[in-house]
Amino acid sequence: MSDEVRIEVDGVSLPARKGQMVIEVTDEAGIYVPRFCYHKKLTVAANCRMCLVEVERAPKALPACATPVADGMKVFTRSERAVAAQKAVMEFLLINHPLDCPICDQGGECELQDLALGFGGDVSQYTERKRIVQDENLGPLISTDMTRCIHCTRCVRFGTEIAGIRELGATGRGENMEIGTYVGETLVSELAGNVIDLCPVGALTARPSRYTARPWELMAQEAVSPHDPVGSNLYVHTRGGKAMRVVPRENEAVNETWIADRDRFSYRGAYAESRLPRPMVRDAAGQWRETDWEAALQQAVAGLQALEPSRLGMLASPASTLEELYLFRRLAEGLGCTNLDHRLAQGDFRDQAQAPVMPGLGMAPAAVEQLGAVLVIGSDLRGEVPLLHLRLRKAVQAGAVVSAINARDYDYRFPLATDLRSADPAASLAAVAQAVGEISGKPVPRPLQAAVQGVSVEQAHIAIARSLLDAGSALVLLGNQIQHRRDGALVRALADFVATATGAVCGRLEVGGNSAGAWLAGVLPHRAPGGQAQTPAGLDARRMLTQPQDGYVLLNVEPELDSTLGAEALEPLAQAFVVCLTPFVSERMRQYADVLLPIGTFLETSGTYVGLAGQWQSQAGAARPLGEARPGWKVLRVLGNLLSLPGFDWSASDAVATELRQRLGAVGPVEPAAPQVLERDPPEGGLQRLASLPLYAVDSLVRRAAPLQATVQAQEARAAWVGPAEAERLGVTAGGRIELRTEHGRAELPVHVHASLAAGCIALAGGIPETADLGAWDRPVQVRVLAAEAPDLAETVE
Amino acid sequence: MNRIGNFIRSLFLWELLVGMSLTGRNLFAPKITVRYPEERTPQSPRFRGLHALRRYANGEERCIACKLCEAVCPALAITIESEQREDGTRRTTRYEIDMFKCIYCGFCEDSCPVDSIVETRIFEYHFENRPEQILGKQQLLAIGDKYEAMIAQDKALDAPYR
Repeated sequence: MSDEVRIEVDGVSLPARKGQMVIEVTDEAGIYVPRFCYHKKLTVAANCRMCLVEVERAPKALPACATPVADGMKVFTRSERAVAAQKAVMEFLLINHPLDCPICDQGGECELQDLALGFGGDVSQYTERKRIVQDENLGPLISTDMTRCIHCTRCVRFGTEIAGIRELGATGRGENMEIGTYVGETLVSELAGNVIDLCPVGALTARPSRYTARPWELMAQEAVSPHDPVGSNLYVHTRGGKAMRVVPRENEAVNETWIADRDRFSYRGAYAESRLPRPMVRDAAGQWRETDWEAALQQAVAGLQALEPSRLGMLASPASTLEELYLFRRLAEGLGCTNLDHRLAQGDFRDQAQAPVMPGLGMAPAAVEQLGAVLVIGSDLRGEVPLLHLRLRKAVQAGAVVSAINARDYDYRFPLATDLRSADPAASLAAVAQAVGEISGKPVPRPLQAAVQGVSVEQAHIAIARSLLDAGSALVLLGNQIQHRRDGALVRALADFVATATGAVCGRLEVGGNSAGAWLAGVLPHRAPGGQAQTPAGLDARRMLTQPQDGYVLLNVEPELDSTLGAEALEPLAQAFVVCLTPFVSERMRQYADVLLPIGTFLETSGTYVGLAGQWQSQAGAARPLGEARPGWKVLRVLGNLLSLPGFDWSASDAVATELRQRLGAVGPVEPAAPQVLERDPPEGGLQRLASLPLYAVDSLVRRAAPLQATVQAQEARAAWVGPAEAERLGVTAGGRIELRTEHGRAELPVHVHASLAAGCIALAGGIPETADLGAWDRPVQVRVLAAEAPDLAETVE
Repeated sequence: MNRIGNFIRSLFLWELLVGMSLTGRNLFAPKITVRYPEERTPQSPRFRGLHALRRYANGEERCIACKLCEAVCPALAITIESEQREDGTRRTTRYEIDMFKCIYCGFCEDSCPVDSIVETRIFEYHFENRPEQILGKQQLLAIGDKYEAMIAQDKALDAPYR
């Protein structure tokens, strides 16, 4: 190729491409050049000057990170001049850096400390005062010691270039330069924790693990995040079997070098007070007592055997491992139970027979960056899949046209070509489908004719249709909110048509890091592992909880929070025999459960997660299960043994995955069932509730991670959000309190006003205890104002 | 001639007398035996005995939980757990030394950046039951409080050589 050049580094001839910087070439060749500000994922700032190298015929040493290669260039990284320049830079860096390494959390893994060993002087010539910088309050996740800052600006560049949030900035020059927040606010990015890894010194460190461990004591164990379907690769750092912190594991195909804060700090939930350390059973008198595994399992088995299998409901969390889910399926098969599901967060099951084998993106996450057009429907991307949002942001920067149909503005960190605000995505999408049909000449299929009847196609719908049709590669992405909706089947069918007619890929996001694994493993009432139809179909998650059964087996499920039925889901449980396999125990669980079997969190179990692109990612289990808890697959295995089910003799979780793999291999391609006729529901009366699982309420572990619950995002989720028009109609302003009532129950919440919300809507999060009593998410809500204004200004408090 | 001399020397037990004279001389010479415990041998200020954790003059514990002593300890006798104290400083919640594991090498003292962990000149102590040999933070601080004057003096004496 013509743009290939050769440069000579320390006497070694190396290949390079034009436009590359010297440091990229030396990094590829494994020649180490010291650096602080350079990071391969960020732009070049060249402000630390640590990477100075000698270049032949250059009058001065040049920064390797900002010097483009030229053919025949001779670079010396370890020459006398280069080392003298590097030592001089180090001396200047150390002028203002405090010598508090013994109390600094970065001590032992600090880039400055490491380089000071190689390039620092023995004795300081500096006798003047060192500067002191006021610390910033960056919230509950990041602690700051800004005096230690060496102004590499990696954190600033991360915010502007990667996360798309200008939250940190540099003020002042030279010695007076300070890194701080622009408006004295905490960081509210869902990716803010990455600045901890980026910071080469101890200026930004993790607050939850502050002062608790030293890097040299920690064992890095590989893990996979179960909180979203991206399946970020993690290192769990453990000491003595306890998880002390979590950091990203680089994987270009999945999470690059970043992870979301949810993945980083959720480990704190594993050591929450509500953790269940020992098996518990309810005795004949109805009292809870701790017992040993033997007795608890016997009681569970006796209870299950006494039940009619068709009167049993089995629900699993979509954040469980593939092995747990497959064993759960095998247990159901062994018991003869078909009432099996993981889709607690699903609102509409009408189209379950037409669904693909598993939900997912339909493409590799990295391929999203090359897309020409994307239509996002009903997704809080930053909350549901923070790292996919990053990929989409990159796609937009590369010229992709991204449109969205959302009930409110979710504050994506990229501009939307068309931002269709609609509380009824089915109607908007029907208009887009109609537009696509008209432009492409492909008629809307007969089952959907009724839905597109009478919709008014506007300019925005045509723009979206055109963007999808014109793009070389396009994606129609259905978010979690479509999964929650009662008319989700219609939206999915319309999206499928729009995708097919425009040649786009239809991606589906579902709640839970392993919902794809649950579909594959057949934790479904209507399908066997691999997607083959199973007749007759059992009850789905919603019907299992609305039509009372005699018994339930719950695998890491908190129905009042995980289910779209809210606390209504608990009503059938009260009279039934309930076995809970759970890492945590809650007050509500004590009320409905009969046997509590403690299982490990994702940190404590080996297993596999199936990601967005269908990739299987396995982990070996990082930490030791707390107390007498055991990995879920082991508990399920023993339950199978005690129930005398055949073929329950695995000794390792890999063997479970292997068996599932074999079973999947035997299944041929699955033809989804023919679509059925779907109509649009007429809009309901009363205040329509927009519900979703917020960022920090997606599963039982995240809900118990105290640092995450202390964030602004978590607090904002515990509020009722209304639009300005609705707020005015109700006579309430931001900060006021309202009482919410449904036919099922009531709740009291503070009011937040969001400009993008339409009148007649109220956004109330699910998955939080505050709103659980309101019951099913689709119930219309009645509102009574308790306090019209924020408490300190309140004049009328009832 | 020689045989006669030998005969006379053995007849008058001359060798015995030579030997006894050494015994006799030492019988009246000054003794070097130290009558422990009434008498003590001299001790260097660098003597490495029982451990102690020191405090600053204002009563604040010195230890900042940097864990260098734990890392350097060749016998893995030190166990430390730390957290952020309410006032925001880095402190230990647990500082234990297993005195049966300790080999009194003094590396902990050398590695300490704040002169917190020290080995005092005390070497007379015993443990009667098993877990007693694990000295906790409060015990070590109490030892430090009790012998602070001696520790400070020893440190001052040794300072010119460090």
